[in-house]
Amino acid sequence: MSVANRPVHRPLSPHLQVYRPQLTSTLSILHRATGIALSLGVLYLTVWVVCAAGSYETYARFQAFNSSIVGRLVLGGWLFCMFYHLFNGIRHLFWDMGYGFEIKDAYRSGWIVVAVSLVATAISWIVGLRLI
Amino acid sequence: MNSDLRSPLNRARGLGSAKSGVHHFWMQRLTAVALIPLVIWFAVSLVMLSGADYGMARSWLSSPFVMVLLILTICIGLYHGQLGMQVVIEDYVHNEGVKLALIVAIKFIAVFFGLAATVASMRIGFGG
Repeated sequence: MSVANRPVHRPLSPHLQVYRPQLTSTLSILHRATGIALSLGVLYLTVWVVCAAGSYETYARFQAFNSSIVGRLVLGGWLFCMFYHLFNGIRHLFWDMGYGFEIKDAYRSGWIVVAVSLVATAISWIVGLRLI
Repeated sequence: MNSDLRSPLNRARGLGSAKSGVHHFWMQRLTAVALIPLVIWFAVSLVMLSGADYGMARSWLSSPFVMVLLILTICIGLYHGQLGMQVVIEDYVHNEGVKLALIVAIKFIAVFFGLAATVASMRIGFGG
């Protein structure tokens, strides 16, 4: 191996865990995480439509999972992911247009996204489960 | 004097080092904007449909209005999702072969599921 090709062990930049978690970085990671979850969610949505196009028994089997505790938690979790990714996505679109880059604005919009997502999810759970 | 090291042709093409320009960025934003009303409509519908049985779900799915919006939501959602997953794969998968295979796979999966959802939706709507 020539000198030029020898691997150089340069110091690496500090890893994520040495930083104090901040709202902005946490929400950024959450945006990506919810995006990955929703990519699976849209596949599951397709399975729902395909099962509905099938027989009564096929659909009943699919619905049995959805109405189980695990199924409800998964669907409810997806609902939160959907609201969070939607509202934080709108926040991203404002950034794309050049608005809201001041630290103060980024924090304020971040907290608004968190609050609106949680409220929308709570309302959906309450109405969806016919709790009122 | 021009301080830009790029050639005028390169600047005019605007394709950059990735050779695809802003296409990925633009399509991600375009689908994002389209998904805003679609996802709001879908979330409200989902909550209203919660606990629906086979007959109720099918009668909802067979409305032409729902068919159009649902097929749009799923297909644009799949397109937007595979763009995002592509970025995730490019960020974290460093083996070139695995990276390429995964990117090809998510694109195939998106097309397959998009077509499956469309056919299933039409089968319900047109009474197959």
